[in-house]
Amino acid sequence: MKKICLTVVGMYFMLLHAFSQVTRDSAAFKPRKLKLDEVNLVSSYYTQNGDHSAVRGGIGSEKVTDLANGVELKWVGWDAHQRKNTLTAGVGIDYHTAASQAYISKTGASRRKDGTRLYPSLDWTREDERKGTSFSLGAYYSNEFNYQSLGFSAGGTKKTKTNGEFGLKLSGYFDKVKLIFPSEFEPAYPSGGGGSGGGRENEHPNYGSSPRETYTASFSFTQVINTRLQAAFLFDLVEQHGYLGLPFHRVYFNDATDLVEKLPSNRFKLPLGVRLNYFLGDKVILRSYYRYYVDNWGIRSHTASLEVPVKLTPFFSVTPFYRYYTQSAANYFAAYQQHKTTDLYYTSNYALSAFNSHFFGAGIRMAPPKGLFNSHLSSLELRFGHYTQTTDLVSNVISLHMQFK
Amino acid sequence: MKRTILFFAVVLCASGMATSCTPVKEYQKNRLNDAEMSLSSRKVEKNESNFQSYREGASGANGGKTGGGCGCN
Repeated sequence: MKKICLTVVGMYFMLLHAFSQVTRDSAAFKPRKLKLDEVNLVSSYYTQNGDHSAVRGGIGSEKVTDLANGVELKWVGWDAHQRKNTLTAGVGIDYHTAASQAYISKTGASRRKDGTRLYPSLDWTREDERKGTSFSLGAYYSNEFNYQSLGFSAGGTKKTKTNGEFGLKLSGYFDKVKLIFPSEFEPAYPSGGGGSGGGRENEHPNYGSSPRETYTASFSFTQVINTRLQAAFLFDLVEQHGYLGLPFHRVYFNDATDLVEKLPSNRFKLPLGVRLNYFLGDKVILRSYYRYYVDNWGIRSHTASLEVPVKLTPFFSVTPFYRYYTQSAANYFAAYQQHKTTDLYYTSNYALSAFNSHFFGAGIRMAPPKGLFNSHLSSLELRFGHYTQTTDLVSNVISLHMQFK
Repeated sequence: MKRTILFFAVVLCASGMATSCTPVKEYQKNRLNDAEMSLSSRKVEKNESNFQSYREGASGANGGKTGGGCGCN
């Protein structure tokens, strides 16, 4: 009898507890002003070496180092209609050195061997959880010595009743390429505009520039398939027009003369991607990705990657990864002194050649529930990757991401 | 062309798989909500994606930026 009484009392308290569950009803809801919610710091160091510099027409050192640092601040708030507003402001700064820059001067005497790129961005997202929709606007700017870019985007998402979500994002980038030609092709300077023999990039009074525009429609569909598997289908339509080469890339023809690379003024790209993530058991995750790419310059490519995060504890994981990439050459590519002078378009930029590449490495991630060292540092990721191309280009990249909450 | 057809066939199969998926309740999403299960690219990969887009002919369909950027050497 005592047991029955205790059971009934226990059930009563369980019911009380169930009814005391907090629900967000609209009467109790109070809007909240935007409040700093998250800070992300990302740093990377990249080194590269190879022997097919586009500046020298497909020969010469491709040695590059790049130190990239970025900070992103995210504010979150709720308005009177219970919509979540997220404002994200970011700024990045890259410092790079490139051996090939010296050869903008034909003799290798160009003084500018490094550069800095600054790129702020601003994004705003409004999410209506009750309707399962979101709307976002973004702006982006990038500035470096020879290149400026201004970008805008607008997008939206809509959740389905079956754990899916459709997304559409439209972007436009309006770029300016500064016309820094190899020294032998520099236009005549007005008197006092600089010395001779190249290497005048710092003092040239008035470089011209040429526009480049990129318009993108990005479609996505994500779907939960079961309690362990989810997928994303990604599809971009990209249209570019304007000056799509770089003015300091040389091409040497089979008669040993040289010119600046010449590429068509429009390019249409069609990448299609699928991502499948599967939680295997309790400790292993399989993150897979495949992309097929085709463009109207003749490039076809396949990309496949697999990452396997292994959770050594619920808050510490190690992630080995591997990525394979293969592409065919653009119709306009030929190696050093392989182009004919009768070719309409020509480039010796090996990014447009036929090659395969392998990228592999590992990362670690720590995200204890109370933060690392009991601080606001909520997660830390460190990742190293080694990249090789069959063009003999080799690079290494190490990245660090710290998230503060 | 055969590869393109094959790709679309794979996408269609995958779409079919997605539409025939098991209903999953919010409380059953503990694994799916794990940070490592995110379907978007992670922030730590951002600069890797950047250098790949400069050194390779293909880019896009990874949820990242599709234009703007770098007058690379």
